[in-house]
Amino acid sequence: MDKQEIKALKKQATYIRKHIIDEVYSAASGHPGGSLSCTDILTTLYFKEMRVDTKNPKWEDRDRFVLSKGHCAPALYATLAEKGFFPTEDLTQFRQADSYLEGHPSMTYVPGVDMSTGSLGQGISTAVGMALAGKLDNKDYRVYSILGDGEIQEGQVWEACMAAAHYKLDNLTAFLDYNGLQIDGDIKEVMSPEPVTDKFKAFGWNVILIDAHDYEQIYDAIQQAKTTKGKPTMVIAKSIKGKGVSFMEDQAGWHGTAPNKEQRDQAIAELDAFLAGLEVE
Amino acid sequence: MSQKIATREAYGSALAEFGVDSRIVVLDADLSKSTKTDSFKKKYPERFLNMGIAEGNMMAVAAGLASCGKVVFASSFAIFAAERACEQIRNSICYPNLNVKIGASHAGVTLGEDGASHQAIEDMAIMRAIPNMTVISPADAVETRHAVKAAIEHNGPVYLRLGRLAVPTLYDESTYSFELGKGVTLAEGNDVSVIATGYMVHKALEARQMLESEGIKARIIDIHTIKPIDKEIIIKAAKETGAIVTAEEHNVFGGLGSAVSEVIVENCPVPVKILGIKDKFGKSGKPDKLVEMYGLTAADIAARVKEVLKMKK
Ligand SMILES: Cc1ncc(C[n+]2csc(CCOP(=O)(O)OP(=O)(O)O)c2C)c(N)n1
Ligand SMILES: [Mg+2]
Repeated sequence: MDKQEIKALKKQATYIRKHIIDEVYSAASGHPGGSLSCTDILTTLYFKEMRVDTKNPKWEDRDRFVLSKGHCAPALYATLAEKGFFPTEDLTQFRQADSYLEGHPSMTYVPGVDMSTGSLGQGISTAVGMALAGKLDNKDYRVYSILGDGEIQEGQVWEACMAAAHYKLDNLTAFLDYNGLQIDGDIKEVMSPEPVTDKFKAFGWNVILIDAHDYEQIYDAIQQAKTTKGKPTMVIAKSIKGKGVSFMEDQAGWHGTAPNKEQRDQAIAELDAFLAGLEVE
Repeated sequence: MSQKIATREAYGSALAEFGVDSRIVVLDADLSKSTKTDSFKKKYPERFLNMGIAEGNMMAVAAGLASCGKVVFASSFAIFAAERACEQIRNSICYPNLNVKIGASHAGVTLGEDGASHQAIEDMAIMRAIPNMTVISPADAVETRHAVKAAIEHNGPVYLRLGRLAVPTLYDESTYSFELGKGVTLAEGNDVSVIATGYMVHKALEARQMLESEGIKARIIDIHTIKPIDKEIIIKAAKETGAIVTAEEHNVFGGLGSAVSEVIVENCPVPVKILGIKDKFGKSGKPDKLVEMYGLTAADIAARVKEVLKMKK
């Protein structure tokens, strides 16, 4: 990736971060922390890698994406809207009773959403199903998913991992959004899933460790997964919960709390300053 | 109707209050701030165990603890407690009849913004269908406190259905008495009976006032124990008022309406209208807006009363 391309992704991700803040602010509810931590992965997937058609969201040869940590719908909706699946103006209708933008991703109501999620641990199993269908139908589409590091406490995640390795699903790439926090605090204090790298390896996955906010590393991991044969790939992406908004960074309290007007304005100002900085770079 | 308190709030306070009993162990699945088990955690940290986001495991661990003499409260949102971990509850808790109390918060559409994926509207039906399970759906903070106490005293599995939203406190702590399996007549009347549970009880009282201005006197019954249900109070209501409306924040299938109808058809057939969520998923939105959209207002109850009165012989 050249410098211009990286700069373009940075800009794109910042637009998405601004939408996340405004979605959660206008709903006065939702999950900013985990949405901001997976934004750069989503941006790289949808703006650099994935084969999708915004005019034909259900195109059968498209690459699929499952947000297994469904509470981060604000990030997915903002990405899909920026990509052109639906108007960005709708984003502030997030979680309203008369809107189609359900609190957790809905494949029934929201164009571009490939799977309804929200109950943790189930999305990765549905991604396994999509990857299996790709193998059965001899299709070359790829399946992507993002998991939370608290989410992998669900036993079902490991059942899915076992099945993906058993069926040699090398068309499946999952990202672990490794931000170290869940609702009740530090994942290591609540219920430690460590050592995660060894666990995924022992379950038969190709494991790659990266920085979740470095576009080159994200992109390289995706390419490496594509050339790995006979195994699914787990990209363990070390991230910062709340990334990009100073007062939300690494704070468990911003998991599921909406900013007030003042906090919203400060967050937007910080993100705008970042965009301005990119211009003079 | 004074102060507004959520039943999950009262649940947390009750656990902290009755937690002196050293047999009590509280489990949660990464939602202790929402289910309010953190009130217990603050007081008795050594008997609070966070099981992480792993509800199925939590329920079976609770069974193991109970088999060793503990009184276990296992909490999560109703959707993940009753539904994610359903089979563990059935086979590891109810079949061996173990002393596990399931504190299931955020039930129904009044959970609000999190939306359909998180709104349990089937939990009472599912829990009610399992042998050995006692199902309680309290209407306010006072009733919740007493329900927790009764759950501790009862030997066997109990499902406690709790809400996220603050609701009016209907009962007076100094005069209220709770008996497991016994309904409460909140207001007398002989034209029709409205039998309600949980969130819908205060709506039923509001509906009564609306109907009174039109000369209809409705008896209001609070059924806090969905199972075993109070047959006596239901049969009496059927015989004395001749028509019944049930009201619950739950699917119209399998919950309070079904439980009441089962008693009615076998004992004293009279017309019954079941008010609840009409077999469709919830959605995101402000709780008050959803209560309107899903037909759970006092006016909806009053309308259903007029329908059932037309059927009354
Ligand atoms: C099965 C299930 N249990 C509980 C929840 C409630 N819940 C929503 S988010 C969350 C914490 C998730 O933590 P993590 O996976 O680390 O997500 P992130 O830090 O990326 O936001 C919990 C417990 C849920 N959505 N699904
Ligand atoms: Mg996390």
